[in-house]
Amino acid sequence: MDWTRIFSNVAGELIAPTTAAYALAAVGLNVHFGLTGLLNFGQAGFMLLGAYGFAISTIAGFPVWGATLVAIACSVVFALILGIPTLKLRGDYLAIVTIAAAEIVRIVGRSTALTGLTGASSGLRGDSYKKTFTDLSPLPDGTTSLGPFSYSNNASNSWWIRIVGWAVVLLACWLVWRLLNSPWGRVLKGIREDEDAVRSLGKNVYGYKMQALVLGGVIGALAGVIYVMPRAVQPDSMGRPMTFWVWTILLLGGAATVFGPVLGSMLFWAALMLIKTVGRDLIPSTVMRAEQIEQFGWIVVGVTLMLLVIFRPQGILGDPKELAINVR
Amino acid sequence: MLVSVAAPAGASTACAPTPETGCLSGTIKTAAGAPAVGVTLDIAGPAGPLSVVTGSDGRWATPVTAAGQYTITLDATTLPAGEALRDPGNNPRTVSVDLGSSKGALFPLGATAGGAGGATGATGGATASPAGGSEAGLDTPATGFSTEGGVSWGRVAQQTIAGLVFGTLLALASVGLSLIFGTTGLSNFAHGEQVTLGGILAYVFTQKLGLPLLLSGTFAVLIGAGSGWLQDAGIWHPLRKRRVGMTQQLIVTIGLAITLQYVFQFFLGGSSLRIVLSNPATVNIGPVFITQQSLISVGIAAVVLVSVSYFLIATRVGRATRAVSDNAALAAASGITVDRIIRLVWTLGAGLAALGGVLMGLYLNATSWNMGATLLLLMFAAVTLGGLGTAFGALVGSIVIGLVVELSNLVIPSDMRYAGALAILILVLLLRPQGILGRAERIG
Amino acid sequence: MSADLTAAATALADVPHVPGSPKPDPILVADDVTRRFGGMTAVDVGHLEVQRGAITALIGPNGAGKTTLFNLLTGFDQPNSGTWSFEGRSLGGVAAARVARAGMVRTFQLTKALSRMTVIENMLLGGSAQPGEQLWRALVPGLWRSREDELVIKAEELLERFSLLDKREDFAGSLSGGQRKLLEMARALMSDPTMVMLDEPMAGVNPALTQSLLGHIQALRDDGTTVLFVEHDMHMVRHISDWVAVMAEGRLVAEGPPATVMADPAVIDAYLGAHHDTDLGDDALLTDEVAHELEAEALAEAKVRASAEEEVR
Repeated sequence: MDWTRIFSNVAGELIAPTTAAYALAAVGLNVHFGLTGLLNFGQAGFMLLGAYGFAISTIAGFPVWGATLVAIACSVVFALILGIPTLKLRGDYLAIVTIAAAEIVRIVGRSTALTGLTGASSGLRGDSYKKTFTDLSPLPDGTTSLGPFSYSNNASNSWWIRIVGWAVVLLACWLVWRLLNSPWGRVLKGIREDEDAVRSLGKNVYGYKMQALVLGGVIGALAGVIYVMPRAVQPDSMGRPMTFWVWTILLLGGAATVFGPVLGSMLFWAALMLIKTVGRDLIPSTVMRAEQIEQFGWIVVGVTLMLLVIFRPQGILGDPKELAINVR
Repeated sequence: MLVSVAAPAGASTACAPTPETGCLSGTIKTAAGAPAVGVTLDIAGPAGPLSVVTGSDGRWATPVTAAGQYTITLDATTLPAGEALRDPGNNPRTVSVDLGSSKGALFPLGATAGGAGGATGATGGATASPAGGSEAGLDTPATGFSTEGGVSWGRVAQQTIAGLVFGTLLALASVGLSLIFGTTGLSNFAHGEQVTLGGILAYVFTQKLGLPLLLSGTFAVLIGAGSGWLQDAGIWHPLRKRRVGMTQQLIVTIGLAITLQYVFQFFLGGSSLRIVLSNPATVNIGPVFITQQSLISVGIAAVVLVSVSYFLIATRVGRATRAVSDNAALAAASGITVDRIIRLVWTLGAGLAALGGVLMGLYLNATSWNMGATLLLLMFAAVTLGGLGTAFGALVGSIVIGLVVELSNLVIPSDMRYAGALAILILVLLLRPQGILGRAERIG
Repeated sequence: MSADLTAAATALADVPHVPGSPKPDPILVADDVTRRFGGMTAVDVGHLEVQRGAITALIGPNGAGKTTLFNLLTGFDQPNSGTWSFEGRSLGGVAAARVARAGMVRTFQLTKALSRMTVIENMLLGGSAQPGEQLWRALVPGLWRSREDELVIKAEELLERFSLLDKREDFAGSLSGGQRKLLEMARALMSDPTMVMLDEPMAGVNPALTQSLLGHIQALRDDGTTVLFVEHDMHMVRHISDWVAVMAEGRLVAEGPPATVMADPAVIDAYLGAHHDTDLGDDALLTDEVAHELEAEALAEAKVRASAEEEVR
């Protein structure tokens, strides 16, 4: 049993770009669900659209900032399309519509009819859109080791994407903290509690919900961009399970808290890595094959989500008195 | 860049061998000779696992970077509805590839082993034009099917029948979803896994334990119903008693769905599972052909759906169920034991879902760990379309969704057909949120 | 404090005591408002005027359509037909939030104190013209801090007046039922409304608090705010209202000063139904038939209320 390797693998997950991307997606979902009570089950759709928007426009020759704007614009349009019909209806309608819309994005994206644009189910290769982002890096080429971590400076799974990814996560956390403690956040909190009461006080509930949906969706789209940086845009890897992991992360860390999504994402990925590496070392392959250990990890995630929601819905950082999940 | 939306779809399905790479390719056509679009093939071999999907012309191709033996598995769940492999024993099949050359792999569809070559696999690279253009035999009329995407009455009829079959089977699953929503207010995202459970149990009983299909189907439905009873007793009833909110319960169903999906995968793996290995015989009705399996499945589904309707309309318990669905508080006030009705609904709903899973597994020719999850949103679409919480709405909605899914094949690529149904779901919510049969209350 | 001494009551002295009578200075005028649920007509009001600066009580038995009318007037429900204007401005079909911004703020029968927010947060939410409620300005505290400070002072004054100041930092959910009613009323006053609509402000409030609630309502009127409130307890109404409108089965059946209305046989009939001359205390009279009849009536009433509530949701 090689504890150093296990430890460095697990610690590596804490700062991995994927962890940052999921933390950011959960921050976006926190704006939807934690702050406003919106049941968005299509966060992966926002992420995939952001990823497509960034990658496709980069391939078309856009600079980084332009491609980022395209990613943001995609998510804004998506949020408006989702929000206009559903934000006036009961909460679970939004749940069904968002999950369906995210599936539509994935199904259309992977369709062979769009092969020229999206690369169909095999997706867009990372090399085709990474260069502009890598070129921005002020770091010299090469590899840097820091403690147990050793990554290349700029290529693919690099220090550069880690630095940028986590910087964006911190920025988003600051934004949520700022908004949470503002009159705007107070109105959202009121909407989460009881829409009619807020309406009776003269606030345009629909408008606020739309703002929250768009803001959280934009954060989700940026998360999608960060997610695909060290890999490829693969529509099938950004489907419903991704949305569900984001939910688990948010509820684990604590909805309506500033750092809950970050803590949740770190714990989630570190725990999965721990199960995987320890499992491979301890469990003989006659009992569980390698892929079964991975599946076992996901079973643990599913059970954790159930137990969490029932017994500790406020998550790790949440205040039970301010429980974000609507008790209605 | 955006202009290239219209670019030829087959772009990535071409492969030219170079000294460093070899090619694997083929063409898959339906029994009727139309290209089978969006069929997934998993390839394992020295160059690592690969996955390819057939293009709009039914062709697939992939380069491999190492020579050797490759095992190609066709994912039967991705076949167009109603299609089946002519020779399932040949799936997966192994071919050997050399660098710098192409190798074809054939997966003929549709006809029974002895039938005329309604389906063709063409070896890629070598034969550029598939031999399947001139199939004769199974589908009597020579009209239709000739051009890809061309709309002919024959194809319309064929797709309509397919839609009705699919819709009827979908209804089995949707009715339970709708009843559960109606009586408890819960949007059950784990309902798809009840469907999968049915299909998977039928597979385990027939293939692993060697029981006859009828018996294993019956067991699957009974165990499915039992799992519904158990679920309500073990999870949902205690949660209702704890007064756990609806949103929380909804997330619990998602956790449950994740858990069950990976439990299925843990024990049975990620590939598709065939409940019956032999190939179904096909029957011709006018211009339309249909497999015997589908015909019998629809028959069973129709009988069961009529029985459920009778139960809801004419029996005391059925009326009580509808009363609870209508207004639980009022029903409780008039002496109905709401908890008992809910337990019954869970049992009935899960049983129906399991039956739907068995029949859907037979109809699609295979089941897998995510069959129900794929169908879940179509069920939600059906239930929403019909009006959330009304059992008959779910029935009508399912048929409509079935027709939309299959008929949309005529105008959009078949790998996008589920997207069409989901788009309808969103449109319905926009225009008539209470559904076709729902009432205007409880909205907004 | 007897009602006939107030200015409002004096102004209403010459108004005829008939349903739909015109008022000298109406702030709210409604015409032909109907609302049907399925086959049942919950509200069918031909004409109603509410006098400015007065306390008007809207009374009637359960299921008379009072709350539904309230919901319609405040934009929480859409009528099948009808028009109404507030301060000369037509408000038919206007969204609830804009009705509130126009100066007509309501409270709810089942209090909607935002229970997982503190009392002070509840109050501040009621404040109008808050620059910090706009997304972009919210990010820069300097742009909204001064308005926030003003609102805090105002909120504390109101909390003091409603004896809730010591609960400032408590979660609203921890308050008693009566305190929540007070909080909801105080919150409604944060935006200085010209008219407040109180839906059963006295329901579920203990008798000690009831007296102070009544005092607050009268004080509101004395400050120039128009009050319309729904109540089904006639004794409460008698104490404080300047004018009473009675609804039964969706219609306006009587209007007038409290004393006159209470004596109106139509009102008594509406309240007690056909059974008012039967002594229900006498068990001998409670044959199965009568019992069934009563049960059926109660059930029908529950149904009406349930569907009305669902509509609102």
